[in-house]
Amino acid sequence: MHISVNVDGVTYADEAEPRLLLVHYLRERLGKTGTVVGCDTGNCGACTVHLDGHSVKSCQMFAVQANGHEVTTIEGLARDGKLHPVQEAFRNNHALQCGFCTPGMIMQAIDLLADESDPDDETVRKGLEGNLCRCTGYQNIVRAVQDAAQRMKPGAGPKIEQHSDEHVGSKQPVGGE
Amino acid sequence: MTATAEPEVGKARLRKEDARLITGQTRWTDNLQLTGMLHMAVLRSPVAHARITNIDCARATAMPGVAIVLTGEDLAAEQGSLPCAWPITEDMKAPPAPALAVDQVNFAGEAVALVIADNAYHAADALAAIDVDYEELPVVLDLQEALLDNDLVHPDLGTNKSATWVYDSADAGSGTNVEDEIASAEVVLERTFRQQRLIPSFMEPRSVVVDPSAGMFTVWSATQIPHILRWMLSAVSGIAEHKIRVIAPDVGGGFGGKLQVTPEELLCLLVARRMGRPVKWTESRTESMLSAHHGRDQLQKITLSARRDGTVTGLKVELLADMGAYLRLVTPGIPILGAFMFNAIYKFAAYRFVCTNVFTNKVPTDAYRGAGRPEATFAIERMMDELAAELGRDPMELRQQNWIKHDEFPFNTVAGLTYDSGNYEAATARAMELFDYEALREEQARRRSSGDPVQIGIGISTYTEMCGLAPSRVLGALRYAAGGWETASIRMLPTGKVEVITGTSPHGQGHETVWSQIVADRLGVPFDDVEVLHGDTASSHKGMDSYGSRSLAVGGTALVHAADKVLAKARRLAAHMMECDEADVEFATGSFSVRGTGTVRTLGDVVLAAHVAHDLPEGMEPGMDADATFDPDNFSFPHGTHLCATEVDTQTGMVKIRLYVAVDDVGTVVNPLIVDGQVHGGLAQGIAQALYEEAIHDEMGTLTTATLADYLVPCAADLPAFITTRTTTPATSNPLGVKGVGEAGTIASTPAVVNSVLDAVRHMGVRDIEMPLSPERVWTALQGGVADASTPAAGGLGSIDSQGGQS
Repeated sequence: MHISVNVDGVTYADEAEPRLLLVHYLRERLGKTGTVVGCDTGNCGACTVHLDGHSVKSCQMFAVQANGHEVTTIEGLARDGKLHPVQEAFRNNHALQCGFCTPGMIMQAIDLLADESDPDDETVRKGLEGNLCRCTGYQNIVRAVQDAAQRMKPGAGPKIEQHSDEHVGSKQPVGGE
Repeated sequence: MTATAEPEVGKARLRKEDARLITGQTRWTDNLQLTGMLHMAVLRSPVAHARITNIDCARATAMPGVAIVLTGEDLAAEQGSLPCAWPITEDMKAPPAPALAVDQVNFAGEAVALVIADNAYHAADALAAIDVDYEELPVVLDLQEALLDNDLVHPDLGTNKSATWVYDSADAGSGTNVEDEIASAEVVLERTFRQQRLIPSFMEPRSVVVDPSAGMFTVWSATQIPHILRWMLSAVSGIAEHKIRVIAPDVGGGFGGKLQVTPEELLCLLVARRMGRPVKWTESRTESMLSAHHGRDQLQKITLSARRDGTVTGLKVELLADMGAYLRLVTPGIPILGAFMFNAIYKFAAYRFVCTNVFTNKVPTDAYRGAGRPEATFAIERMMDELAAELGRDPMELRQQNWIKHDEFPFNTVAGLTYDSGNYEAATARAMELFDYEALREEQARRRSSGDPVQIGIGISTYTEMCGLAPSRVLGALRYAAGGWETASIRMLPTGKVEVITGTSPHGQGHETVWSQIVADRLGVPFDDVEVLHGDTASSHKGMDSYGSRSLAVGGTALVHAADKVLAKARRLAAHMMECDEADVEFATGSFSVRGTGTVRTLGDVVLAAHVAHDLPEGMEPGMDADATFDPDNFSFPHGTHLCATEVDTQTGMVKIRLYVAVDDVGTVVNPLIVDGQVHGGLAQGIAQALYEEAIHDEMGTLTTATLADYLVPCAADLPAFITTRTTTPATSNPLGVKGVGEAGTIASTPAVVNSVLDAVRHMGVRDIEMPLSPERVWTALQGGVADASTPAAGGLGSIDSQGGQS
């Protein structure tokens, strides 16, 4: 099946087998190996990317479902050589050790912060429920997300990363056309 | 080269590693794509114990993209037996351990056939087309039943018992006879604890790539042990060691789970040799849980004797340890690592430890964070609470009565070790202060008297552990097949930059940062001028890798010695350059000077002079590199006091951690940021053992917790924020004064949590609850029932949606 997907600002036109997972398309075909696979049941969240600005688990989607959509990965966050505030906050707060969960964790944290400009501890912990980390005990991840919130003025994030209430229920991506 | 002003050791340096990890510029093994690369998929046994009577590969071989399908018979002549490096007794029974089963499978998940195809999807497709006929055998699962030898895992061995290992303080001369102490004791407590089976659950699934081109086998693997792996792959495959290069690139966590020579590593090597093309294997999470080694799984029978005044006298430990179906790299030695720690910080007169290792038809066990020591710490810290309850004493006061006082170090223990340093009083005082122990006791009393449905409990763990594995002579005495030294090299480059090569192999610990700090301090060079190379046997030809909280205490010490060698040579050359006596040369912040004069040469000047070698002292070799290998005289002994307050909802059995305080003494701290991070992560894993995680096999031997939906690795919402701080007594066994911190949190926290929950409900008649303390088990215990191993704990904990999918 023919697909056209914009990934990190570049539009790719490809043939994709219908069963090809989005994460495998990103990793194997586009060489976007910053996004990783940690499980096969959608529990760990290591493969989290943004589809049209909202977080999705790319191991739970087929590449063809991304047809006509924009995908942002961890590799597309830095702008003009400058790190995204969430990336900086992760480093400054020692929110990673082995770093394998980090791409997914950062992508999910950005999604969370688009809705929660000043999240308390519990809001962050609940917002990251779908992302597992085995190294950090989450303490510094929570701190990093809260630190990032302070670095990002409310409303200053890209429009595409914000959504209104009616969109909250439809965060699950639907198949691409 | 500019001098560094303030000391690097002790500074909360942000990590060098992070730049690539937060931007996705990573080097995981699975990222590799090589020209002409084939993909390996592994067919695994769905049954726990069976003879293989036939394997039909015809359909699979004919499928699109399939290059070859291989069975154990195809590889029987070349695969040998996977290594076990720790034959704990002379008469230990060890079955052959083929990487690919030949005629019998002994656990569900064991590799049975391989598909080699042009891509991973085609390889996975063809697995379904392989037909295997199994003739099922009786399944041996329960440790105590296995001991009866009615059914045998390995009939050729004639028994399910692999080995029995004994330490007795009367025989060793380190104490009195434990049976005498028990016979004459005023109080004797006997308890049995179950250490459930755990799965290390590193986040990066294992992956192997082998490239057989250019007369060399290059093996990339998500491993903790590139050096040991190279040695063992050579020993098993017969490929000359110098024709194997092992690279551990970025490795996504290990926790002991990647301290292994795996079937798949060997199989990738053999297939690459056979096909003459690169081969990759990357596991799925379920494959990982079914076939990568598990941890813990012991039954502990503990007998403690004491005087009525609370003084402990004797400790007898009788263990059954589940090996699973095979002895992997260090499987038999894991419970033995705990043998020296059951007596912990307490002054027992007598101690006896007996461990029987037992085969079952389950996934093999091996190292998991703490490896033997969490089991020991759990047992003794639970027993101290039991004794306090028995005597009606405050559990902290009772511990204090029995522990080694700070002025008694160095202290020879009843288990034959010498604790070099520590201060249990200081760590405890700090913890009690942060915890507000008295106020919580008062609240507890109020809730008890009012019959509040939510009861609170206080749990204590005043732990110690042994790190810095290990003095080679001790390992030799324990019949371990390798040494415990570590090595480091420093290459001074002509521009003054520094390359450090370490034989340790980090996989999340931050060695690139910490090793840079140490060298920056020692040599007076800027932190950013140091590059740390690791995990490649071509650049680092020897090393004993990373596990057992050894990297800093042993590898860091080797680095200090290498730096001292650089300085010694540089000092001699500096004296030559400044035309003075070497005794008059002073070195500070990166510069040599002549005492009492203004003459100065920077280390960079001296390094360049050594490199160009135009004018060297008589007999001096050009260059300014140094190697050092350090073999420790003793282990190091971190300790600390952990206090946990839980709220137990007596109507639902739900446990909530309200407050967790950890005060750890890990010796000198090089980077407090990293030490805190290690403690946080360790706490999470220890708490997870107490409350959430358990690998469960059903009555057929099928692992029913083979996904992250069923095996409950905690998420952020399942854990509290921790209060962590430190007290410091430097280790005397190494020049840095460091003790190691990788496992402390995991070792300490499990008993603190369980003691806390039992403290909350003991007055309601509950004496013990098996781990993990799921709401169902706690509730059942409160109804007066026994929540035992037959009650699966998984499910219903609310942390992970078992329907899978996205949150």
